[in-house]
Amino acid sequence: MWSYEKRLQYPVKITQCNPRLAQVIMSQFGGPDGELAASQRYLSQRYSMSNPKVAGLLTDIGTEEMAHMEIVCAIVHQLTRDLTPQQILEGGFEKYYVDHTLGLWPQSAGGIPFTSTFFQSKGDPITDLVEDMAAEQKARTTYDNILRLVHDQEVCEPIKFLRQREINHFQRFGEALRMIQDDLNCKNFYAFNPSFKADLFKS
Amino acid sequence: MDGMNKDKLFACIGALSFVMDDLRIYLDTHPMDQEALDYWKKVEKVRNEAVKEYTKCYGPINMYDVDVDDRWTWAEGPWPWEGRC
Repeated sequence: MWSYEKRLQYPVKITQCNPRLAQVIMSQFGGPDGELAASQRYLSQRYSMSNPKVAGLLTDIGTEEMAHMEIVCAIVHQLTRDLTPQQILEGGFEKYYVDHTLGLWPQSAGGIPFTSTFFQSKGDPITDLVEDMAAEQKARTTYDNILRLVHDQEVCEPIKFLRQREINHFQRFGEALRMIQDDLNCKNFYAFNPSFKADLFKS
Repeated sequence: MDGMNKDKLFACIGALSFVMDDLRIYLDTHPMDQEALDYWKKVEKVRNEAVKEYTKCYGPINMYDVDVDDRWTWAEGPWPWEGRC
């Protein structure tokens, strides 16, 4: 069960439209290292996470990623709100516009639709946590790439907030991986999947 | 919270909530950190008061806190992504 709060985790108030920038930032909604993929990655992985503390962490970070998805969508929405046909053409937004008008649809900046193949849920705690740490770094790099193109402070500030959260999450996942490894005995560091019972009894 | 206007109180709730968002995931991996636990308790108390005050004066923030009097207020006012609240 989730509970909605009628507020953003970080405020977004953008007064200048910019369709070109919107198309780039959209990648952090539905792109390969975006917030939708992040939320579904962690929320899918938690069911087979053997350590209950780490399952809790996946739930909490997965939930925060949904709030980040809302921030990214708010940025894209406010950058494209009330565009005129002329602004759409001048800003190179026509290829997105023709299919989605000014609605939000999860895709990468290059137009690749969101797909669950952007993330993995492998049912193995170490495999999954190593993926999660890499995912946080890939998202941080994407925000770095976005920040080099942004000169509007109103857009910069929420993007910088989201970038910082990737770093905090990376730290927490690093600690989670350490916790999982501390649970392993010397015969399984790392030989087989600690979440797959049948393998454990063989040792 | 006395004497705060709507925007200031809302910003205050956002800041307090974020402290708890970051503390929550820290406590997931450091569940015995007494300093962090004390900090959580302290911030939680202030946040609860702020949310209660805001909900009473300006309407619900949480979907379970909609007070029904003469009308349904949940969908009133701008949505968060509109950048007007």
